Formats: sequence, structure tokens, C-alpha cells
Amino acid sequence: MLLIKCPYCEEERPELEFRNAGEAHLVRNSSIIEQSDEDFASYLYFRQNPKGLQFERWRHIHGCGRFFNAVRDSVSDKFLTVYKAGEPKPDVDALLSANALQESAPIKKRAPRTKKAEL
Amino acid sequence: MVEVSQVKRLHPLQVGHAGILSVSVTLAGNATRISLRAREDAVPALSKALGLTLPTRPKTTASKGDRSALWIGPDEWLIIDNAESSLIADLGKVKVLHSAVDISHRNVGILVSGKGAAAVINGGCPQDLSLAAFPVGAASRTVLGKIEIVLWRLSENEFRVECWRSFSAYAYGFLQESARDVAV
Repeated sequence: MLLIKCPYCEEERPELEFRNAGEAHLVRNSSIIEQSDEDFASYLYFRQNPKGLQFERWRHIHGCGRFFNAVRDSVSDKFLTVYKAGEPKPDVDALLSANALQESAPIKKRAPRTKKAEL
Repeated sequence: MVEVSQVKRLHPLQVGHAGILSVSVTLAGNATRISLRAREDAVPALSKALGLTLPTRPKTTASKGDRSALWIGPDEWLIIDNAESSLIADLGKVKVLHSAVDISHRNVGILVSGKGAAAVINGGCPQDLSLAAFPVGAASRTVLGKIEIVLWRLSENEFRVECWRSFSAYAYGFLQESARDVAV
């Protein structure tokens, strides 16, 4: 089970408490009457759906009930960061390099697997 | 050589009674409950009216006498008091902007107590219930099986589960089933 950090509860919680709420940082035009149909349709319907890092809204629906934003890799499901709703987009490059530094720390080698006991 | 272990035979209707299980699942008494929602600036006035300081840290509670306030979200609390409490009248005097909804009859309380109570809850709740992560007095809204509950740790081996009344039969059955599986 994935553990997702909620920025309001300030800790990691099981994914069952969360609900994905689509792409983040979509801004509705303040005067849609002046907007062309194509522009409004692109705001309302069309999504990026990239393979890789994406900005998403999540809701801690079975917890504090709050919406928040997250940067998640759609391939590995790894959450790069989470931040409160209304906060600006984080700098992904800086996060990635910080993450790479963490991961380049020496990883303990696993001992070779022991032979299966013969039946 | 075949070893035969003797297992005490139990009647199916006997299981769960007469202290056979280490964990008991019982119904909590009637209570007055309020779903309280307010912004940060209203917290001091509400705390004064309630007679206890509303908790503002995640997963924490505050109690005074029978009255307890459980932090549910940054602007949401669940207030639980005894059935004859003056909770509603107390909140009626508050002048600052807030929303207090009487949910006394919407919720049902279930008490899970005994050695291994955390394991019984974990039968359907994926949260970390170790004392380090979920200390005595901690409370949180979470899931149990396929329903939503509010979980509150009263002591090391005692939890209160608050669920909606239409889900109460499911929650009660689930916890009893889970209690049968836990052997300490």
C-alpha cells in the first residue's frame, strides 16, 4: 500500500484514506463570456496526462477532508512532494536534484539469497 | 509420529461471550455529539464557551470531565459529551462565526478494549496504531473495512470507534469478527 503524506495532517497515511482529484493548477477564466469555445473546452475537458512527473490534486477524504497538491511520477507512482492548496508550484528541478542526492547515498548490498531448502 | 493437539471446542454462539476473547467489543452509551466547524480566529471564543481548549495540532484531543474535543481537520472538530450535557446550549451563546451541527443521533460509538485492541482495529484499518505513532489521546478520521470511522485511543488497550448509525451493524460485526481472529 502506498503511503501518502498529507500536508495538513503532517504525516504519512495509507492511500485508502485519499482520493485523487485530477490535474492541479487549472485556473478558470474570470470572464468566460469573452472566452472562445475552444479555450473554455481546453480548460474544462482537456488534460495533460503526461508519462512522468505531473501536478495533481488529492483529497484526504477519509482524514482531514482537505484538498492538497502533489507532484507524482505517473510511471513509478512515487510522490516527489506534497504541498497545501493555494501554494505555488514547487521547483521540480530543485526537488529532483535534492532527491538524487538522497538516493545516491550508499545503498547496503543485500546478502546473496540462500538456496531454497530441498524438499 | 503424529502429534495431536487438543483444541477446546467452542459452540459458534458462545464465541465472543463469557470472557473467551481477550478483546471485548461493546457499545458505548448514548452521547451528545457536535460537528464543529470554524476558522482559526473563532477558536478562542469557542474554547471559552466549551470550557476546554480546542486542539489545533493534527490527531490530538482535549478533554475536560466528560467533554472531549477531537481534532478532525484544520477547521473541524468532533465534540463528544455525555447524553445530558449542556453542550448545545453552551455553543448557542457563541457570537463568532462558526457552524455547530448536532450529530448525536447520526453517530454510534463502539468501545474496543482489552489486550490486542490495536490488532483488532488493524483488522480493517491500515493506520499505524503503535504507541509512538498513535499515542493515548490521539484521534483521527480513518477507514475500517469499507466504511469511514473516527478512531480515538482512550488508553493503551482501549479505543473508541465512532461510525455513522447506518454503518453501525457493519462496524460492530466487523470488529467482533476481527476480535475472534486476534489471539494474544
